[in-house]
Amino acid sequence: MVQNKNSYSQWPNEKGYFGDFGGRYVSETLMPLIEEVEQVYNSVRNDSKFQKEFDYYLRNYVGRPSPLFFAERITEDLGGAKIYFKRDELNHTGAHKINNCMGQILLAKRMGKKRIIAETGAGQHGVATATVCALFGLPCIIYMGEKDIERQSPNVFRMKLLGAEIKSVSNGSKSLKDAMNEALRDWVTNVQDTFYIIGTAAGPHPYPSMVRDFQSVIGKEVRSQIMVQENKLPDLLIACIGGGSNALGLFYDFLDDKEIKMLAVEAAGLGLSSGKHAASLSGGKPGVLHGNKTYLLQNQDGQIEEAHSISAGLDYPGIGPEHSFLFEQKRVKYVSATDYEALEAFKYCCKTEGIIPALEPAHALAALIKIAPTMSKDEIIVMNMCGRGDKDIFTVADALKIKI
Amino acid sequence: MSSRIKEVFKNSSKKLVTFVTGGDPDYKTSKEILDKIIEKGASIIEIGMPFSDPMADGPTIQLASKRAIDNDTNLETIFKICNHIREKNLSIPIVLMGYYNVILHYGIKNFVDKINSIGVDGLIIVDLQPEEDQELYDNLKSKKIDLIRLITPNTTSKRLSTITNQASGFLYYVTITGITGQKSADIKELKKIIPNIRKYSQLPIIAGFGIKDKKDVSEICKTADGAVVGSSIVKIIENNLNNKKQMMNEIGFFIEELKKGTKE
Repeated sequence: MVQNKNSYSQWPNEKGYFGDFGGRYVSETLMPLIEEVEQVYNSVRNDSKFQKEFDYYLRNYVGRPSPLFFAERITEDLGGAKIYFKRDELNHTGAHKINNCMGQILLAKRMGKKRIIAETGAGQHGVATATVCALFGLPCIIYMGEKDIERQSPNVFRMKLLGAEIKSVSNGSKSLKDAMNEALRDWVTNVQDTFYIIGTAAGPHPYPSMVRDFQSVIGKEVRSQIMVQENKLPDLLIACIGGGSNALGLFYDFLDDKEIKMLAVEAAGLGLSSGKHAASLSGGKPGVLHGNKTYLLQNQDGQIEEAHSISAGLDYPGIGPEHSFLFEQKRVKYVSATDYEALEAFKYCCKTEGIIPALEPAHALAALIKIAPTMSKDEIIVMNMCGRGDKDIFTVADALKIKI
Repeated sequence: MSSRIKEVFKNSSKKLVTFVTGGDPDYKTSKEILDKIIEKGASIIEIGMPFSDPMADGPTIQLASKRAIDNDTNLETIFKICNHIREKNLSIPIVLMGYYNVILHYGIKNFVDKINSIGVDGLIIVDLQPEEDQELYDNLKSKKIDLIRLITPNTTSKRLSTITNQASGFLYYVTITGITGQKSADIKELKKIIPNIRKYSQLPIIAGFGIKDKKDVSEICKTADGAVVGSSIVKIIENNLNNKKQMMNEIGFFIEELKKGTKE
């Protein structure tokens, strides 16, 4: 992308800031390490050998490019804009997470690291990390909240099959936030040999931009695929957002296309007014957690509040710093969908298109269902179907009070 | 530099620095614990400002933070505790330790004005390094409050000059790569690194993390200018939550022992 003064590609700046957000807020022990990650990452960004290796594994192992599918029945049913799904749920391991894991493990290999750690919420990032560790023969330790281990048992078993060691985190909210605390504690203790594969576009600089870059393959593919299928660019992009890596993956390549609108959907849990939600932008304010300055759910004393969502992947009280920036710039519109709306969208997608979506993109679909009918028939929406719902069937059955 | 910290380091005796979380297990007991620690001879006291996500702390201090927060400790509570100490003791340096979000949320200027008015001498922010601390540093400097910088075994020489550049008060050497209350202090490494740090700075160097008892304190004080003990004190609180008298007795005895360690 051409660098110019008004381009979104100029961010982050050299200190890792997207406007007021981002930066590097970690203990001194991690600083030398993270500086090294930044150095090595900067060197591989423009290294054709690294990019070639990354592309090779994305194509032959992950199964990229993922299809761009015209959801004809939903389009017809909603009676508005033409709807396309970017089918990242068809990737190996069932979500967009593996794009980033592949990039980071190649980086870890280059840095000579011998041990991989990661945090996981829904388990998709854990499975993707365990997968690339098996592929490259590196030991893998996954930190996962006790509550998430319970509600995502299929992914826990998958990670074990892949040879990963699962460490249950029982403090705090027992979910993603606390898993990340524990992973950071592990990293600080094992600085010499360990690489931390962060799963979303958050954390200390350079993680937010590095994860975004590895995920940006999603939007790049959409650009060429939609030109082939429609011979024009989409009018609206929609994605769900927890930390925000799948949304940035889809949006990033289009940020400078001013006419393209973008909609990101946070998890409203039991509703924004209930206090039980995970909508950091709608219900939070700027603060510092997990290495970056960004919007966070916090109480009147600056203590981080527990998030709530039916979707373990969105159950996080923060958001990647670039989203905080895009929110304040008003480049992306941020809305939210409740547990109930996501469940309805989940059922609708299964029956109408034969796709069982993960509960995460079901939130995006819930927003899509509202907006598509208000758009004209010659407009195009691309929604990121960022994960498949096999892992969620027990949660959904439970929510629908069905015994399986 | 804070005059109280300067005063403490005027003589060359080795310093005992203690850490407890403010408001642990509750406001009233926390004040009594600090009174006891001061009575038994601590040279400098660190008071932890509890945070919901203490990423640099092991289970012991995590639990202390949780106990304090569950009992409604916030910054106002911490300020009241500092006030309580200052009413009785005008000379002991008070250093507040914690994570950045709590301060950021309170407002940097408000926070610094407040701690200045109640006689706090220094501040240690675990997740804030020189690259990000300019605004806080400037505010603190104008009030002569020290921003205590941390140095770890893996700090590079390039970072060492960045860190020592605007350091004041004393330097805090973290003896291990890890979290509080877990691994034991790496004395061999410390003996190697401290002379190197002294090439960059004239400031006193206090070592912390993994220093568990009198023997550790005595060993550390052969090289460093003093030692910080935290988790071992907090553990006494945790073990005696239902017996306050026992808690105070054990803390008193333990601090006396640690103090002896600085003199051996």
